[in-house]
Amino acid sequence: MAELRRSPLEGVALGDGFREVPFLSQIDLRLNPADEGARGAVESVVGPLPLVPNTVHGGHDAAILWLGPDEWLVVGPPGSAADLERQLRDTIAAATDAGPVAIVDVSANRTTLELDHPDARAILAGGCSIDLHPRAFGPGRCAQTLVARAGVILWQLDDAPTYRLLVRPSFAAYLAEWLTDAIPD
Amino acid sequence: MSGTRAPSDGRIDRNRPLSFTFDGRAMTGFAGDTLASALMANGVDVIGRGIYTGRPRGIVAAGVEEPNAIVQVERADGVSEPSLRATTVELEEGLRVQSLAGRGRLESPGDAVDAGRFDARYAHCDVLVVGGGPAGLAAALAAGRSGARTILVDADTELGGTLLGTRDELDREPALDWVRAAAGELAALPETTILLRATAIAYHDHQDILVAERRPDARTEGRLWHIRAGQVVLATGAHERLIVFADNDRPGIMLASAALTYLHRYGVVPGQRAVIYTTNDSTRTAAAELTEAGIEIVDVVDSRDGRAVSGSEGGDRLEAVVVDGERRGCDLLLVSGGWNPVVHLFSQSRGSLRWDDGLATYLPERAVQATHVAGSANGVFDLDGCLREGAAVGARAAAEAGFGDGRPPVMPAADGGTAIGRVAPIWFVPAPEGETAEARMFVDLERDATVADIRRATGAGLASIEHIKRYTTIGTAGDQGKTSGVVASAVAAALLGQEPGALGVPTFRAPYVPISFAFIAGRDRGALSDPIRTTSIQPWHVAHGAVFEDVGQWKRPRFFPRAGESMDAAVLRECAAARTSVGVMDASTLGKIDLQGPDAGDFLDRVYTNGFAKLKVGSCRYGVMCRVDGMVFDDGVTSRLADDRFHMTTTTGNAAPVLDHLEEWLQTEWPELRVRATSVTEQWATVAVVGPRSRDVLAVLAPELDVSADGFPFMTWRESVVAGLPARVFRISFSGELAYEINVSTWHGLAMWEEVMAAGERFGITPYGTEAMHVLRAEKGYPIIGQETDGTVTPQDLGMEWVVSKTKPFIGSRSHRRAENRRPDRKQLVALLPLNPDALIPEGNQLVAAGTDLGSRPVPMIGHVTSSYRSAFLGRTFALALVRGGRERHGEAIVAPLADGTTIEAWITDPVVVDPDNARRDG
Amino acid sequence: MLLITCPHCGPRDEVEFRYGGQAGVASPADPEALDDATWARYVFFRDNPKGPFAERWVHAAGCRRWFDAVRDTVTNQFLDPEPRR
Ligand SMILES: [Zn+2]
Repeated sequence: MAELRRSPLEGVALGDGFREVPFLSQIDLRLNPADEGARGAVESVVGPLPLVPNTVHGGHDAAILWLGPDEWLVVGPPGSAADLERQLRDTIAAATDAGPVAIVDVSANRTTLELDHPDARAILAGGCSIDLHPRAFGPGRCAQTLVARAGVILWQLDDAPTYRLLVRPSFAAYLAEWLTDAIPD
Repeated sequence: MSGTRAPSDGRIDRNRPLSFTFDGRAMTGFAGDTLASALMANGVDVIGRGIYTGRPRGIVAAGVEEPNAIVQVERADGVSEPSLRATTVELEEGLRVQSLAGRGRLESPGDAVDAGRFDARYAHCDVLVVGGGPAGLAAALAAGRSGARTILVDADTELGGTLLGTRDELDREPALDWVRAAAGELAALPETTILLRATAIAYHDHQDILVAERRPDARTEGRLWHIRAGQVVLATGAHERLIVFADNDRPGIMLASAALTYLHRYGVVPGQRAVIYTTNDSTRTAAAELTEAGIEIVDVVDSRDGRAVSGSEGGDRLEAVVVDGERRGCDLLLVSGGWNPVVHLFSQSRGSLRWDDGLATYLPERAVQATHVAGSANGVFDLDGCLREGAAVGARAAAEAGFGDGRPPVMPAADGGTAIGRVAPIWFVPAPEGETAEARMFVDLERDATVADIRRATGAGLASIEHIKRYTTIGTAGDQGKTSGVVASAVAAALLGQEPGALGVPTFRAPYVPISFAFIAGRDRGALSDPIRTTSIQPWHVAHGAVFEDVGQWKRPRFFPRAGESMDAAVLRECAAARTSVGVMDASTLGKIDLQGPDAGDFLDRVYTNGFAKLKVGSCRYGVMCRVDGMVFDDGVTSRLADDRFHMTTTTGNAAPVLDHLEEWLQTEWPELRVRATSVTEQWATVAVVGPRSRDVLAVLAPELDVSADGFPFMTWRESVVAGLPARVFRISFSGELAYEINVSTWHGLAMWEEVMAAGERFGITPYGTEAMHVLRAEKGYPIIGQETDGTVTPQDLGMEWVVSKTKPFIGSRSHRRAENRRPDRKQLVALLPLNPDALIPEGNQLVAAGTDLGSRPVPMIGHVTSSYRSAFLGRTFALALVRGGRERHGEAIVAPLADGTTIEAWITDPVVVDPDNARRDG
Repeated sequence: MLLITCPHCGPRDEVEFRYGGQAGVASPADPEALDDATWARYVFFRDNPKGPFAERWVHAAGCRRWFDAVRDTVTNQFLDPEPRR
């Protein structure tokens, strides 16, 4: 069958140093981290959950982002969400001591822009009010915040610095245009 | 005589001449000039005119405090900016400068749109130092050396502050050598940033400082910095002030420090024969410096000797002043009425001020934020003191931010310095002819306001400086009274028989200097002024000529006109298709929330007015949400996916507020409920297939799905494969017709839409937009949140008692029982059928009872129209309205008086005007 | 722009938050037991002090958690924020 999927930024011209990483698998997890049964079951599938606010476990290909004190986003390669969701549900169902865990496939709920640009930090600082200085925000950090007028999950991958911005599809074209329009120093 | 260029001296580059024009006259200046210094060097005396008096005005100051030299500047690229202070405009090649007489005008001479590029930058630092004069430099050195992230901002083109206009020495070397070394050291510190041409314009709560940076050589013209600073050092300096006497506004009368700055920094000799009129020691070396430049000193008038200048003579240039009753010929009067520390930012930060008698001015008293003040901004006027205080404050600020030990670095020693000593202020000099001269005693030159204006204010009984400011307009011009505010307060106090510091000064407002709207807007203009949100199906809508409407930030197709078709015709055609065959609409913007947890059913029982706990898996139910006050907040269909899982839909506009509302109750009132709410609005694209043939379309697309009325009943949903794509299909209807809402992953939205269009082609499937959707739902009496409701409407007002449980508590249930919400004369939803079936009542129109005398005042209004359309199905117009006691008025006539004086009469009916028995929804 | 400290995410600009009004207003345990005036007082009336004020905020653009904070309405300075739970 022909490729029927269409990513939000398909056909949108992006500036140098920006690219869309489409179709990443994303699972939103909600559980009480003090519920050891639930956490143990989940961690047996996805690995340890980051408990420090606004931090990430993992990297490019597979990662878990802290979104809230009882909320995480599991990010994986395209096409892996359905299996992961099933595996999580089965494991939790089998864990007799696990309290409730909410599992939602949100893979299409956000797309991902990757910034690999020498002025990435300055470009973001043109519309992001959080402190991106290496003393305050480095690799393995994430934040739900605003860039210009779009809500994003901002995620720093490495020291380059390379950033990922996870954004709602309806805001993706705006954010891409805003980034492309940015004026580096 | 007027100003001339000195043969040497100054920090201008005499090898780089720049040509410009002033009111059409060709002139030349040098790189390093301001527009003001270049105009002065070209002998220009009159640059502006009093806006009310028309009196000639010349340059008074050398910085942002300039009240007179306001010009319109057109740059070589044709962009023109009005109301710039010539003292803050860097001279550049090809400037076309116009004086501005009288009031400004909106369009610029070239009428060119400001195409300038401005942007914004957020920055964070441990220590922000405002002002790069001696105190600020010392503070920045102390902070920067500690390793603290330090930002130093200065409005000028180079660091040094007042040192740029003096001949001060440090450690027996020119002070500017030290400035150069300090600037070099700061630039080399990895965590220190220097911003030049950068004016701190606002100091908001929580250490939020806005800095407007001009960037003439960059790809942006300007950058607005939002700096969040741990500690702030204000080394903003002081403005010298004028002395008020009769005819104190003539060109040639200027601030003493400004005259010396023009001489030393710009190499401009501001006149030939000078009188100095002073109240303090800051002019101590002025006479010698002027003499050295070849200027004749006619007299030095010192208020501390009891002497005064009481008047002046001349036309477009000063010719003489009256000293102690005697005429003294001169073309230059240097005035130092004392010094006003620049406390604007300190005051904006909520810091309090105190009157200081010795300096005769207001000084910072107590900071509210992490604010430190150093140098003349703090009343320290000698160079040695400024350096010492700057270093101490910078080190302390860094230490409070967690860097260094707080010990100040050693600073060089100043030789002499410019202490001002005790100020013997003279607020206004009485004229021999008495009060009549007060109309020529100018307090606020930019506002052309005088002692006479203040006397009128106090005479009218005003005793508060805030009232006097508004009555006289003193301090309300672009300069915000930088040179006049303290004087005005003291003059008013004198007229009221009070001490000079008794009245205080008016609140200092941001911005400290005017900046353009383009500067504030930055890149948030044009397409980037606000996000334009679109669905996954947008490319199809655009390709097929949709006309869009804004729904919040969303662009939604309003209708899909055929060639030459009007909106009315298109909407009638789209509605007819949905009622007679099949239509299709992009409903992806609806809010969608995934609810999971064992208590999800109980939770929904509490947030919806009707019950959900007993809803069967596979079923859907319409629900209404109220707030605690009982008023309708949102509505939508919620479906049960599993025992512990629901899929909620919300209105487009309330997707985020509903999620916030759910989280608020879950987190703050009912933490014991095990429920999680997750937004999936954009996970799913929604294609609504609507009309009697919609079943046929779905049957083609989902051959394995039993789409029969019994196999897939109304208000149920099915998980299925539709057109080869995994989908959730909901059999729900917002039109009263047989309808299916097909939900697929947003990635598949466009593909699904195209498949539906292809499958429906043989049935004449018709895409429709929000306008037809509104008509179809209105025909069924379905309210739209925000159109029929406005936060004052209960479900009962909408005639929806059937959706309100009488047996369970829910958010708002107690409010429904308040007597006020049960009054029979509340506005209730009805439909209106105009007697003339072609007459369309405007939405929002007020309604009166039939027979009301429209000449009576006030006209007794009994309701208003919320929606009004042409119905293809009925072949007539109709409207929805909220009418007092409307349910008891079915069958009565009502009148809509229109703005043009005509009226439309209509019958009141039940709000459901199409298919009241719901006979159509099974197709 | 206020800088508000989310108990989880730390200091963020005010635009990331939504205001929730006065904190500590207990929902009546049995609304039906109240007369109209008492109920209306709960629904519509809130304190408006000059000085310290306990209020609720939600980190709407961040972690979506509600929390209480004490703000001085004269100076806008915050005292220590407390997580709601
Ligand atoms: Zn947070």
